[in-house]
Amino acid sequence: MALVEQGKTVAQPWWFERITAPWWVLAAVLLTMPVWVNDFILFQVMGWTFILGMIALSMMFLAGYGGMVSLIQMSVAAMGGYMVAIFGTSGMGEISMGLSWWLYIPIAIVIAAIFGTIVGALAVRTEGIYTIMITLAIAAAFFYFTRQNYTIFNGYSGFNLVVPPMLFGVDWRQPMPFYYLSLGCAVLCYLAVVYVARAPFGLALQGVRDNPRRMAALGFNVTAHRVAAYTFASVIAAIGGILLVWQNAQIAPGTAGIPAVIDILVIAVVGGISRPIGPFIGALIYVLLRTFSPDVLMAFGLSGERFKLLIGLGFLTVVFFSPDGVLGLWDRWQARRARSRDPLTGGET
Amino acid sequence: MTLVEDTRAADRLGSVSSGNALELRGVTKMFGALSAISDVTLTVQSGERRAVLGSNGAGKTTLFNCVTGDFLPTSGTIRLFGEDVTRFPAYERIRRGLRRTYQISLLFNGLTVADNVYLACRGVSRGRFSFLRPREDDALLTRADELVEAVHLTEWRDTAVANLSYGQQRQLEIALALAGAPRFILFDEPAAGLSPAERAELVAILRGLPGHIGYIIIEHDMDVALRVAESVTMMHNGRIFKEGTPEEIENDQEVQELYLGDGHG
Repeated sequence: MALVEQGKTVAQPWWFERITAPWWVLAAVLLTMPVWVNDFILFQVMGWTFILGMIALSMMFLAGYGGMVSLIQMSVAAMGGYMVAIFGTSGMGEISMGLSWWLYIPIAIVIAAIFGTIVGALAVRTEGIYTIMITLAIAAAFFYFTRQNYTIFNGYSGFNLVVPPMLFGVDWRQPMPFYYLSLGCAVLCYLAVVYVARAPFGLALQGVRDNPRRMAALGFNVTAHRVAAYTFASVIAAIGGILLVWQNAQIAPGTAGIPAVIDILVIAVVGGISRPIGPFIGALIYVLLRTFSPDVLMAFGLSGERFKLLIGLGFLTVVFFSPDGVLGLWDRWQARRARSRDPLTGGET
Repeated sequence: MTLVEDTRAADRLGSVSSGNALELRGVTKMFGALSAISDVTLTVQSGERRAVLGSNGAGKTTLFNCVTGDFLPTSGTIRLFGEDVTRFPAYERIRRGLRRTYQISLLFNGLTVADNVYLACRGVSRGRFSFLRPREDDALLTRADELVEAVHLTEWRDTAVANLSYGQQRQLEIALALAGAPRFILFDEPAAGLSPAERAELVAILRGLPGHIGYIIIEHDMDVALRVAESVTMMHNGRIFKEGTPEEIENDQEVQELYLGDGHG
């Protein structure tokens, strides 16, 4: 009995002690980044990484914890972005309603969440590849609908001049404020996923992933649980989508076109869907490749537009060597290092 | 160690109960043209312990699947504690006090032993959708730990299920079925693949269940089945073939020819 009690105190230390050194280093690097990198890196590279990371995180939540590979997350994000443009202000004065920020932000998140929930309600009745197909089909339909509908989505040209509100006298589209805004949102979404994963809802979702039939035999409504997971993931995707429209200052059908939908899948898979940090790693790799590969390609005398070739090759390499992404590589490397340690002294052998 | 202590929930549910835990009337399940079970009529009283015997393909597991709602029967009615649950989804039946174990362990391989049992406790209580983590002194966490201890897995409580031995997974199966306030349990070959020592432990666990919990056990091992059951139903080709006390069944000429005579006993 004493053994059990001792185990309990070790398993539940105060939260502060549970944060290990690498996390403190990461926090310090991220918080001080504006001091030592230029505006381009802050706004384009890091801002975009956090945004894509959040959207891919919503996919990771569904795929990693729920076992449902949903390709609708980019469309849900774009729905959030569109709603900000429609209910807030944009260059399209005849459509945009010009509501104030404390109205249009919640409205955008709620509408995007409803959209994601409806898609989820359709998709959860299918399994595996059929979930991928049905969500991809709806994503394609969303793309064509936004391109052809001019009364709400302003068709091909979409909305421009969509900027964040001037809150507290700060222009949130300036590189440094936008960096901290997107960092803050990304950290909140990350912590929310980490927290929920160990809450009854998240645990039950992992149970549904491992064995839906047994979950029903334990008293869980499996379908309702899966749909609720879509709702939760949609909220995260919507926050990412709102930041995305602010960063670009515009939104158009291409924001959630099929290539963008596939990019989110690539990001999540390359990073790894076993833990919530994976999508952010994947997003950083994707953004770095996307940003700097034209320069690299041109140095080799190739056309800079072929960056997709590099991304595709990178994707193939990662999937070939590590089906569970960069996180999987890391885990295996850690395991090998632990094995090679001397069991007596703890040093490297 | 009491295996079931949530008597409050049991009392609440007990008020709607008639004398019978389970009543099947003319239950038939067709898979295409093949009838897995046909016209099964069966009554099990509250607290009664029944063994269901029969050769492979006799329809025993299909019967369980119909009772728990894994499949809907093609025809017939199923009443649980007097309530018609024929068209209820599985989770609604579980919330009314029904539990089952599976012949082939159906566990959550990616989760630890403690998480598996915690989910089982959570499934039959409120807060299934809670976004808040349980507090350290959460009653369900304590209850889950007790169940882990009851099936002798305390040492492995933080081990992922995928890393447990076969026998340990069978023990965990039983812990999941005992979560909450079970009133009637379906055990599907709980002894399959267990060593003689583990079988003895299983018999002890089953005999130690509180008196108000009835169960049906499917078991090929007559030694186990006849020691833990007070009545026996024989199935053959999807139909009820014989019902009686263990002694009657053991000494029945037809049963011996059909089942005990062919090397199973």
